[in-house]
Amino acid sequence: MIKRLKIGIGSCGLAAGAGEVFDFFKNNVQQVEVVGVGCIGHCYAEPIIEVETEKGSVFYQKAQPTTAFLEKVINLHEYSRLIFPEERNKYELVKVTKLMGRINPVSIDEYLAQVGYQALSKALSMSATDIIKEVKQSGLRGRGGAGFSTGTKWELLHSKSVKEKVIICNADEGDPGAFMDRSLMESIPHQILEGMLIAAYATGATQLLIYCRAEYPLAVRHLKKAISQIIARKLNNLNGYEISIKIKEGAGAFVCGEETAMIHSLEGKRGTPRFRPPYPTDYGYKGLPTMINNVETFANIPIIINEGGREFARIGTSKSKGTKIFALAGDLKYTGLVEVPMGITLGEIVYQIGGAEKEQVKAVQIGGPSGGCIPAEFFDVQIDYDSLKSLGAIMGSGGLIVIGQDRCMVETARYFLDFTTRESCGKCTFCRIGTKRMLERIEKIIRGQGELDDLNFLEDLGQKTTKASLCGLGQSAPNPILTTLRYFRTEYENHIVKKQCQVLVCNALVEIYLDQEKCIECGLCIKTCPVNAISDDYVIDNEICTRCNSCVEVCPKKVITRIHGGGVRG
Amino acid sequence: MSTIKPVLAQLDKDRSNLIRALQLVQEEEGYLSDQNIRGIAEYFAIPPVEVEGVLSFYTQFRRTRPGKYIISICDGTACHIKGSKLIATWIADELNIHHGETDSQGLFTLKTVACLGCCSLAPVININGKIFGNLNRKKLMKVLKTYQQPARSGSSDSND
Repeated sequence: MIKRLKIGIGSCGLAAGAGEVFDFFKNNVQQVEVVGVGCIGHCYAEPIIEVETEKGSVFYQKAQPTTAFLEKVINLHEYSRLIFPEERNKYELVKVTKLMGRINPVSIDEYLAQVGYQALSKALSMSATDIIKEVKQSGLRGRGGAGFSTGTKWELLHSKSVKEKVIICNADEGDPGAFMDRSLMESIPHQILEGMLIAAYATGATQLLIYCRAEYPLAVRHLKKAISQIIARKLNNLNGYEISIKIKEGAGAFVCGEETAMIHSLEGKRGTPRFRPPYPTDYGYKGLPTMINNVETFANIPIIINEGGREFARIGTSKSKGTKIFALAGDLKYTGLVEVPMGITLGEIVYQIGGAEKEQVKAVQIGGPSGGCIPAEFFDVQIDYDSLKSLGAIMGSGGLIVIGQDRCMVETARYFLDFTTRESCGKCTFCRIGTKRMLERIEKIIRGQGELDDLNFLEDLGQKTTKASLCGLGQSAPNPILTTLRYFRTEYENHIVKKQCQVLVCNALVEIYLDQEKCIECGLCIKTCPVNAISDDYVIDNEICTRCNSCVEVCPKKVITRIHGGGVRG
Repeated sequence: MSTIKPVLAQLDKDRSNLIRALQLVQEEEGYLSDQNIRGIAEYFAIPPVEVEGVLSFYTQFRRTRPGKYIISICDGTACHIKGSKLIATWIADELNIHHGETDSQGLFTLKTVACLGCCSLAPVININGKIFGNLNRKKLMKVLKTYQQPARSGSSDSND
């Protein structure tokens, strides 16, 4: 009655130990097939095993590579079953990610057995202009962040009457905190490639390039395998025109997510952006008309072709259509990937789907380093491109980090600015030097040496950097600072005026305190301290202490705590 | 230089293959030496300074020989708020190396990287392609110990 076992071996699963589980099950289960699949989006429960039975599937969470666990699974025991949170089922709308974790990612036959390449053959029976009409009608906007109309982009490339044109799939998911594209590439590479082939047919492109982050080796492997299967079956032959498909790995530069920088990188140059116009559709990769779409955008295409643009556009808000995939991480219970209809509220994602507790959430960071921090009081905002913009954030590619009450917003802003400062390519003065000067001011505040005038300086320079930078990186680099200043100004002021970090995060404003009355003198802290800051009679020398927190973590009685500098407890 | 010739031979001499060439040579040699840079420049018929210009732009490329194990501390957003800074401090204290440094025995190289894409398991580190997630101090120390014992180095190889 068990048909087969599916084990999630995407990057998240592997990090949680799914590789060992997969090997163990593969070696020890003879009766039924054991297959490795992608991600089903419930990262909090990894490693996950799905048991396909005649009566439907049963899921197991936190699987272990042991005989005992294997027997429980084979016997469909109740132990360690994964029951999906009901709330999540209610709010989620699974369309693009429907096949994720359900099929073997590198088996074209399994994809074909579902709806695989049906959209492509349907598209090949349509005219290019009709396909573009469907895509325009669907209202699909670029899922990479900026939200430009996909159909309009296609139309632009279509209108160029030259022999050779290029389409690039932007798989350089550089935003820290985002892993939607990685999961899509690892789990359903064929769906992305199908979308790209349809785009090639509709626009007359002759070359398909995928620019993938080098940090995603598994995604690269799966895509390469899928490409070779496509070529073997001649699926890249579009009504007589053979399309070349190549994958190129990036080399670690966030700015290469910007389209002109990406083109330079693909050409083997430094990944610096350039002034537009000319737009890539006029002058792109090696001078050819070029169009760039994001991974998730392409994954949407087969659905639009299959169900039609009008049907697709029924979901969403007036200006943002369809679903969006978010990567949920940070301070919440159910981390993972979720696909939700546009127009859902932030609160529904964070509390209902993510299972975060209301009192414990301070804000969400949406859109990565280019996005902003939205405080909990605005969580009834509907998710679409435009309403997020009005709050000072952006949709971005879909990273959504929940920030708990015990995190410092000044430090969070510093973190993002530090990232963009390092990733600035150096071309524009305000991005190169402006970010650096802002970072210095914020670090000064965190050290407890800030002055109130620094806040005006940050706001002023932030606005100037936005105006005087060429590409999205520089234009949006000040966003985390500007939004935290807008919503969490008192936190900045407390660092400056009271010299306090309320949540005891910023080390320079914190001391480590050992409550000698409750101490049991076990000696663990003394042994653990890497800088010998704790004396034999259990007194901490805060001059020597590096605030590394080792003693706080190791104390069995939890009598070592962080307190406000100057001995103020709590 | 002779060792990198067969690696380069699989690429055609189009300039757009330069980054791929740098990646392949680094995979083979562990880093990019002056000699390798000259070899690559010659292959693509461009000045060595242009090769250096490109490789210095991308964080993936190394100009010095790394240790046997490369520890990448993820400092993506999720890892950061879950304490990647502490992870970095603990590793620095234990192995006496900081970002970009290699220890005196040539065993470990430490670097901090942007997101590894395993945000739901934050905080994570990556050692030679293998990812360790949900780290606390105890778990981290245990992981480091397994790599410090030469007899058990077999447990380390990448299987992503």
